[in-house]
Amino acid sequence: MSEDNQEVLRLENIKKSYNIGQATETEVLHGIDMRVVKSDFTALIGPSGSGKSTLLNLIGLLDSPTSGELFLLGKPTREMDDATRTALRGNSIGFVFQFHHLIQAFTAMENVLMPLMLAHGKPNKESLDRGKELLTEVGLEKFIDKKPNELSGGQQQRVAIARALITRPALLLADEPTGNLDTKTAADVFALFRRFNEKFGCAFLLVTHDPRLSDSCDQTLTLVDGMLVEQ
Amino acid sequence: MWIEWNIAVKFLREGRSQTALILVGIAVGVSVIVFITALITGLQANIIERTLGTQAHIKIQSPDELNRIVPAAIGTAQLILEDKRAQRLRSINNWQQVLTILDALSEVVAVSPVVSGPAFARRGESLESVALVGIDAPRYQKIIPISEDMVAGQFRVGAGNAVIGQLLADNLGLRVGDKLRLDAGFDGFSVVNIAGIFELGVRELDSRYVYLDLKQAQSLLNLPGGVTVIDVTVQDIFTADVAAARIGRLTGLKSESWMETNTQLMNALTSQSLSTSMISVFVALSVAFGIASVLSVSVVQRTREIGILRAMGTTQQQMLLVFLIQGALYGLAGSLVGGMAGYALVWTFNNLGPGLFYIPVANTLVPIAMTIATLTGVLAAAVPARRAARLDPVVAIRYV
Repeated sequence: MSEDNQEVLRLENIKKSYNIGQATETEVLHGIDMRVVKSDFTALIGPSGSGKSTLLNLIGLLDSPTSGELFLLGKPTREMDDATRTALRGNSIGFVFQFHHLIQAFTAMENVLMPLMLAHGKPNKESLDRGKELLTEVGLEKFIDKKPNELSGGQQQRVAIARALITRPALLLADEPTGNLDTKTAADVFALFRRFNEKFGCAFLLVTHDPRLSDSCDQTLTLVDGMLVEQ
Repeated sequence: MWIEWNIAVKFLREGRSQTALILVGIAVGVSVIVFITALITGLQANIIERTLGTQAHIKIQSPDELNRIVPAAIGTAQLILEDKRAQRLRSINNWQQVLTILDALSEVVAVSPVVSGPAFARRGESLESVALVGIDAPRYQKIIPISEDMVAGQFRVGAGNAVIGQLLADNLGLRVGDKLRLDAGFDGFSVVNIAGIFELGVRELDSRYVYLDLKQAQSLLNLPGGVTVIDVTVQDIFTADVAAARIGRLTGLKSESWMETNTQLMNALTSQSLSTSMISVFVALSVAFGIASVLSVSVVQRTREIGILRAMGTTQQQMLLVFLIQGALYGLAGSLVGGMAGYALVWTFNNLGPGLFYIPVANTLVPIAMTIATLTGVLAAAVPARRAARLDPVVAIRYV
């Protein structure tokens, strides 16, 4: 297996149901198989209610599948306890949400360093340098000590991207990352994604409604009624 | 712990007005507890000091004399009509040995043999009934430091000297240096020289006590070489009953602690302590509920942030800790302010209040209150913290 072909994520027959055992039991995902390798830049599209967010939550280890197995960096995750899952999630997955989701009480820099601080406590010089470097990369070197409410929407989203990348994750998950931004800012954010994808070799999986965004990705997965459809 | 601490502190600082309000609430509660505890402790110490300042912690006397009943012959019934015996003034048997035993006990601070009995004091035409108290002055001073309460003359007994109370002196028109005739109802009487006048502030003592040398009292009361009472003080006044029981077992004598002779006072003290504890417990409870409710609201307000933190790798354990720390900080900071306010209240009472008595504040009171408040904060935070830790990150992130 070549360096670039390294598997990051593999889903085997993943099913997810809600309200199990009740009259309202519904299966949202009907057996998903997919594979993401290093440096992939993938869009996940699909109509509302097709299960995109559910799938993303499963991949992000925020939720567990009803059946099937999800391998992250080769490790089966279904039977993991909370601490192990959390550690794996913290180390290998970065999240960017539609709404920036920064912690208001912390500065931009502290928000960026949060995943590292959660895992290792007080940040060392190396972490601080890395945080500064990332904030510079996203063009916010002047806003390091600003609180989120002092930043514009686009700036906040860029802080969130820097935060998602601070742990050098193998996989970055973005849920409608540009859904809340104007076209110009959205394009900037997308360009950033591209650059980090190339620079760090981090695999990107973008959930989006925006056809312009999905068209710019290397590959597109379409989810319809809980099934992946070949494009 | 560093990051949990940091998040907790930042959360508290962000919710400034909420934090300020609950801190005031905690501070008020803690200051009430501190003040009322200091007040009641001070009051009790004052009452005990006043009561025990003029009496021994334990009094040891001969056991009461009982009629010895001849047992009925086997096969016969016996009807008994018994008159209680009159208790004559008697000396404690082998009191010197008893003294040696008592001196050796670790919990005993001072032991003083006393011979005491009734007498008449006469000066000219006036007659007063008095209590003769024959003492070994140095030993007795360790029980009741009378020399501190002298209003005239010196505390000096022996060589025909006596010391009497202020009221008795007034009634008989006596001054230091005057003579007083004492008659205990046995053959003969003594004339003593008034060497000093004391005022203990207890009517009974000030109007009746006549302190004499042990020997002189013994001869007046016709008990040569005897003592009727042994006074004892112990280290911890609140274990006087235990010490009294032990002494009773060791010596076979009647041994009574101040607690038995002042049952009413003990009842009052106990119920005071109980009501103080009740007030403290209920105030602490309401403080705890206050902390719990503020943190519960905070968990709801921060649901989304909790979700994000969880998504970024915060473990349930860490999330729990973040909120427990907040509870602890509420308790600590609130009790720090409350402790100071309590001190201020006590100071005001001592310096500007009615001046009935002085409230001492034990050095340990505020630290103890702070420790308890901090622990209460942690306990109160337990429920909201558990809820925060168990929030499903998927749901929490989408929470608006």
